[in-house]
Amino acid sequence: MARVLVGVKRVIDYAVKVRVKPDKTGVVTQGVKHSMNPFDEIAVEEAVKLKEKKLATEVIAVSVGPTQSQEVIRTALAMGADRGVHVEIPAAEYELLQPIHVSKILAKLALDEKADLVILGKQAIDDDANQTAQMTAAVLDWPQGTFCNKIEKTDAGLTITREIDGGLETIKTKTPAVLSADLRLNTPRYATLPNIMKAKKKPLKKVTAKDLGVDTSPRIEVVSVEDPPVRQAGATVADVDALVAKLKEGGHI
Amino acid sequence: MRFQQLMHVRRLASAAATTLMRRPTTGTTATTTMFPVTSHIATTVRTMAGSGAPIPELTQITDNVQRGNYATLTDKDVAHFEQLLGKNHVLTEDLEGYNICFLKRIRGNSKLVLKPANTAEVAAVLQYCNERRLAVVPQGGNTGLVGGSVPICDEIVLSLARLNKVISVDEVTGIAVVEAGCILENFDQKARDVGLTVPLDLGAKASCHIGGNVSTNAGGVRVVRYGNLHGSVLGVEAVLATGQVLDLMSNFKKDNTGYHMKHLFIGSEGTLGVVTKLSMLCPHSSRAVNVAFIGLNSFDDVLKTFVSAKRNLGEILSSCELIDERALNTALQQFKFLNSPISGYPFYMLIETSGSNGDHDEEKINQFIGDGMERGEIQDGTVTGDPGKVQEIWKIREMVPLGLIEKSFCFKYDISLPLRDFYNIVDVMRERCGPYATVVCGYGHLGDSNLHLNVSCEEFNDEIYKRVEPFVYEYTSKLKGSISAEHGIGFLKKDYLHYSKDPVAIGYMREMKRLLDPNGILNPYKVLN
Repeated sequence: MARVLVGVKRVIDYAVKVRVKPDKTGVVTQGVKHSMNPFDEIAVEEAVKLKEKKLATEVIAVSVGPTQSQEVIRTALAMGADRGVHVEIPAAEYELLQPIHVSKILAKLALDEKADLVILGKQAIDDDANQTAQMTAAVLDWPQGTFCNKIEKTDAGLTITREIDGGLETIKTKTPAVLSADLRLNTPRYATLPNIMKAKKKPLKKVTAKDLGVDTSPRIEVVSVEDPPVRQAGATVADVDALVAKLKEGGHI
Repeated sequence: MRFQQLMHVRRLASAAATTLMRRPTTGTTATTTMFPVTSHIATTVRTMAGSGAPIPELTQITDNVQRGNYATLTDKDVAHFEQLLGKNHVLTEDLEGYNICFLKRIRGNSKLVLKPANTAEVAAVLQYCNERRLAVVPQGGNTGLVGGSVPICDEIVLSLARLNKVISVDEVTGIAVVEAGCILENFDQKARDVGLTVPLDLGAKASCHIGGNVSTNAGGVRVVRYGNLHGSVLGVEAVLATGQVLDLMSNFKKDNTGYHMKHLFIGSEGTLGVVTKLSMLCPHSSRAVNVAFIGLNSFDDVLKTFVSAKRNLGEILSSCELIDERALNTALQQFKFLNSPISGYPFYMLIETSGSNGDHDEEKINQFIGDGMERGEIQDGTVTGDPGKVQEIWKIREMVPLGLIEKSFCFKYDISLPLRDFYNIVDVMRERCGPYATVVCGYGHLGDSNLHLNVSCEEFNDEIYKRVEPFVYEYTSKLKGSISAEHGIGFLKKDYLHYSKDPVAIGYMREMKRLLDPNGILNPYKVLN
């Protein structure tokens, strides 16, 4: 398992309150603090851990997005990734970029970089799509281990514990494979000072989607973005009869 | 922590069938006192939050407190209050949370908690109590650390919790008018909605009331940037012991008309009047907040780094905190959810910058760190401007004091010492206490020369007590420091006031108390002996 490709996405920081733009075309991103998608941090951490355990020789961090996406690549480098790849997408096109585009890009990069493992966060906290890892595996026709809780190397490949609705599922897969990181896979490290300094010197390659032969023209149109409906206050009733009366009144029964 | 609460409640619940009151065999050893648990286990769980330490004995007994010459509560009094405030706001049951202080050191024996809705009701309550000579303890969030906000004997608890509105926040002038019982965090949230922030931040912000903060002149982690409350509080409305409402409210920064009496209520810990409303100057909240959490090898390096921070970060520096190795390790051991960026250093500093331009601030702080590392003062650490990570790093600092009381008894000292001698006392105490203490550590507001010294032991015992007090106070006094930098005097530090204030000053404090509270009903047994 020599090379690991990790996808990192620049999203609005999880601690920031998201506001919808008054014109309802999207959310306010101008002047809002962004950072690496938390699940991607977990993915990077896992990749770096594999390198520390000598199960991987190189970790490549890739981000697909506008110029600012380089910030999260630098963070990944500061966490221990060896080099970065920035697939630059013009800001206007980025608004409508979908997992279907990203997965084709990642698949092409995985082949170009001869990756043995692709690790992604299970979903991004801005779109909650939870599609990119699955689609990337499909494009590559590689096995996929999603919602990873634990990743172990065996002689035959990988033994993966996944988080599923009923509990935990253990699967075995061969490599190369695509994995998606879930919350409890690990606790990501902070980027520490000497590494933050070193990261500035690590190589960061810039490419375009066209270079990779991927068409990123929009396939969807955003009709409107709105706040979720305000939760109505509940009402307490004195007894069951009152409850039944209220339900009848509201036409619920 | 939640698991501990559940275990504790299960213990209490199983004792509910038989009411036990175990008397201690010796006066100074803490024992578990089981008292009847009624139906409100939820309330009990809430009040048990924060410490696994056992419930203390009644302070009136353990400290041999001579009850003042006050009336005793009668049914007629209770009926009067019920008429005044409404039955729902007069509590006679489940008063443990109101009677026990945050650190579980002090336990009062109040039989009545009153919850007025507004200034007029507060005034009516106090007027009645003054006529009847009933003692009263004003109480906010009950997060004080010197037993100043709980009863010592059977004083009536006057809770300001219902006076919780933010009346107005003006985004142009920055002036906010708020009721005393507003929780600090809620006040800050309302201020942030219009781009402002409350110039006060402390670990207890989710529970403490702004009225309590003002009454105790709370400090917190941003004093180095915003100064203390004497500067930011523009006006105060307080109700005196007689029931008179003293209106010292102001909507202006500048008002030199007569004696500036509002200052009497800032820091007098509820002994001169009950603060019901205040107006405060709120600065603009910063768009860019960066935090550095760094490890250093010596206190000398800490001092050099602090000077460098003031010089190179200057106007954007908003907090400069120190945590020593043992304090950090205790927090990490007690709270597994905490994640520290670095480990293995004798000293850690949390440095925060707040400014209006993210790029500018990032450059400044990165330069500051780079230079510090080059000079060999800063060994390692992390810098971040990501709001999520900033919060996580602050959580570490916030959990440090809680980690020390989690499973132990803790002597806490809050002293102002000259910066050069700031840390020596920790090493001195560690040697002095020897094997009797489990953890001796220091952390605190380096930026304000304010050290929180902690001596932890498994259980309170006399061996530790006599090694710690009055030594700490004598040591501080010799350096002309303050024996209570921000926590106040309350009940626990009354005997030490003279270490930091001379008899003439204390004499005039007594005169003022007599003038404003002739019957001495407001928060007796506190501040002055």
